[in-house]
Amino acid sequence: MELGPYLILASLEGAITAAVLALTAVGLSLVFGVMRVVNIAHGEFFMLGAVIAWWITGMIGGPPAVGFGVALIVAPLMVGAIAVLADMTILKRLDYDPERTIVATIGLLYIIQQLTLMSYGPDAHPVTAPFNTRLAIPWVAHGEGGWTLIWPWGLGTTSYKLAVIGAAVVVLLGVWLMMARTKIGLLMRATQQDRDMALAFGIPVERIYALVFGMGAALAALAAVLIVPIQQAHYLMGGDPLLLSFIVVIIGGLGSLPGTVVAAVLIGLSDGIISVFFSPTLAKILATLLVALVLIFRPQGLFGARGR
Amino acid sequence: MMLLSTRGLSKHFAGLQAVKDVDFDLPQGQVRALIGPNGAGKSTFVNMICGRIQPSSGTVIFDGRDVTMMPAHKRITLGMAYTFQITSVFARLPAGENVALAARRRLHDKSQVEKATHKALGQVGLLDRMDQEAGDLSYGHQRLLEIAMGLVQRPRLLILDEPTQGLSDNEITDFKTLIRALAGETTILLIEHNMSVVMQVADQVTVLNFGAVLAEGSPDEIHANRAVQAAYLGGDDA
Amino acid sequence: MNDTSKIITLHGGFLLVLFALQFLLPAYHHGNLARIMVLASYAIGYNIMFGYTGLLSLGHALFFAAGMYGMGLSIQHLGFAPAPALLAGIIAGIVISAALGLMALRTGGVSFMIVTLMFAQAGYLSILYFGKWTRGDEGFVIGQAQRILWGIDLSQPGNRYFAALILFSACLMAALWLVRHPFGKTLIAIRENEDRVAMLGYNIFAHKLGAMVISATISATAGAFYGLLFGYAGASFATVQYSIFPLLWVLLGGAGTILGPFIGTLFMFYLIDLSSGITSAYMLIAGVALVLLTLFAPQGLVGVLRAKLWRWLP
Repeated sequence: MELGPYLILASLEGAITAAVLALTAVGLSLVFGVMRVVNIAHGEFFMLGAVIAWWITGMIGGPPAVGFGVALIVAPLMVGAIAVLADMTILKRLDYDPERTIVATIGLLYIIQQLTLMSYGPDAHPVTAPFNTRLAIPWVAHGEGGWTLIWPWGLGTTSYKLAVIGAAVVVLLGVWLMMARTKIGLLMRATQQDRDMALAFGIPVERIYALVFGMGAALAALAAVLIVPIQQAHYLMGGDPLLLSFIVVIIGGLGSLPGTVVAAVLIGLSDGIISVFFSPTLAKILATLLVALVLIFRPQGLFGARGR
Repeated sequence: MMLLSTRGLSKHFAGLQAVKDVDFDLPQGQVRALIGPNGAGKSTFVNMICGRIQPSSGTVIFDGRDVTMMPAHKRITLGMAYTFQITSVFARLPAGENVALAARRRLHDKSQVEKATHKALGQVGLLDRMDQEAGDLSYGHQRLLEIAMGLVQRPRLLILDEPTQGLSDNEITDFKTLIRALAGETTILLIEHNMSVVMQVADQVTVLNFGAVLAEGSPDEIHANRAVQAAYLGGDDA
Repeated sequence: MNDTSKIITLHGGFLLVLFALQFLLPAYHHGNLARIMVLASYAIGYNIMFGYTGLLSLGHALFFAAGMYGMGLSIQHLGFAPAPALLAGIIAGIVISAALGLMALRTGGVSFMIVTLMFAQAGYLSILYFGKWTRGDEGFVIGQAQRILWGIDLSQPGNRYFAALILFSACLMAALWLVRHPFGKTLIAIRENEDRVAMLGYNIFAHKLGAMVISATISATAGAFYGLLFGYAGASFATVQYSIFPLLWVLLGGAGTILGPFIGTLFMFYLIDLSSGITSAYMLIAGVALVLLTLFAPQGLVGVLRAKLWRWLP
């Protein structure tokens, strides 16, 4: 393939990565922004979303679209409920102490992951996409008869992949609208600004925290349901989304939603291109070092405003 | 000779001018009280002197050296000691270890540390509490422990941030005696609300109001100063 | 008895028991205990930073692996004898921790945890990336012929136990000496109230860096010994899991106690050993333990003992 079509393909795949990553990372960022805690188990909520989606589609049977539609709603709700439970039984009792919360969520990571291993097993399972029409993409080429439209072999995508991007954009807009325009969003922002003040004004901070933790997990689960027809579900699949979300959240500026989305798009898009030049392992080494160095030398993120 | 001077020292936090343009001189050996209404910028000013807060502009000169850019711990090694306004002792360590920690920076011999610790605890009357965990001490005793931690460093400049807050009348009397005993040997900068302490202990008084020096003089002069009275009463300058 | 003689009696007696156990234990537990002593040495190193200085690192596997690979690679590729190879491992730990500390200690709290986690992950991935030398995931075996230290065959169980005991005793005594030394006491004060220590004139950054290098040196020494005594170096020892383990052991045994790391390692080792006979999901135990400990027993076993019974425990 020529470079042009190849780049189109790479950026399309990159856009899918970016879309899923943005959802996952916004979940992590929301939790960090409002609650000031880092949830190491975030990747496991992602994994749970995929596994539950597989379980639901398998149970319902029938045309793939029906099962998938149910999974799209139910899986995030279930994962959100699990997260709310974890918040109320564990995080609340730790009084959201940042360091102890990290240790507890590491424990939670192993609990979720190992319970999945025991029940779901060590194998990967696919989920059928609800629709999957192949769409070829045309390309202009300069041939003997001047410019012509050609359909290079291998250059194409599927309707499902485009739908993933669309769905992610819609959900992100929804999150933004909720934060900016609704009363619950206002309460969340007030809690984020000053927890003690919010408490003094009678905002039910504990319930807000539980809700935010649940929403963060639900967003990760939703991202996983969207990607599972492309990727398959596996009990160890939570590691990469966790790392990538960290990178995105830290580079975008801790707790900043717009920064997070911008960083997700940037990293998602560059992911495909970087992997052309570097081996995946080297790319990951550079990514982890980048996170560490940004935290050390530019803790407000690359896009965040300087100082407070 | 001036042990401590500031020139044009200012600090603003997000538009709020906490301290503005303070020129301040503290001669060697003097006991100076720093007074002013709440929010006058006393703590901010003192925190800039000992390096816990970076000034927005201006300089701090200690013992002839410009220490404005120097981190707090280095200023301490030059001979400043600072006791916290909000008691900040090591709650889970014994009172003796609290003082010993302060002593060990300057003394390296074990028996010397022990001796200095005993002496400082004796000076504030806490010798019998030595093995008690600092967090179990009463609030007044924690304040005295703070002072002992300051004393044991044998500082050239001892900065006391509201040391008598929460002390009983007896303890305040003892505190006055202690400070008078130190006077001459140690230069002391004292933020104080209790006017009887100020009147009896200080050689000179500086009054801060709205972040600026309002008046400076002997305790009697300050007592008679109408602008100071007005500032404390919250009225306009008469 | 004053506190110092109580401390000497207790810890000396404890080491004597470990010495005597080698003649009493059946082969399986004899081997386990040797392993536990080396891992507990790693935990002692971790505890210097976490328990005594209050710095929660999520990346100590980097130091453990630095020791292991510093030792292993120099035997494998440079033909080192065991003694200089051990030294190479320890030096690797010192160099890496000093470099990392200079950067990571500019942050604190949560950022510090994430930064150490990321550096350690980069280290793990580097082991995979340089698979040509490290043999990646698979790792490499250090043959019996290369494990003869000053004429003593370390692959022989009796010798191995004895070497592990010497390592463990040295680490235990070093830690005990440190926390009773003024430097160690300053570290404890930093854990309690960092700001106050700075206002007593101590250089916080230098002290933390010192704590990190000492902690990493002990961890690297444990890593180097582990590789040499058990004849294998592999990337799994550099994974996040091996950064979480010492945290878990120390939390269980009691952070900021001298005996806690050993007690925690012993309990967790056997818990996981027993459960791995039942299920492959043995890390579930680790997860549950982490959550329960953070929730209900942040002091750990020895910590409770100190709070309730023996106030003088270091």
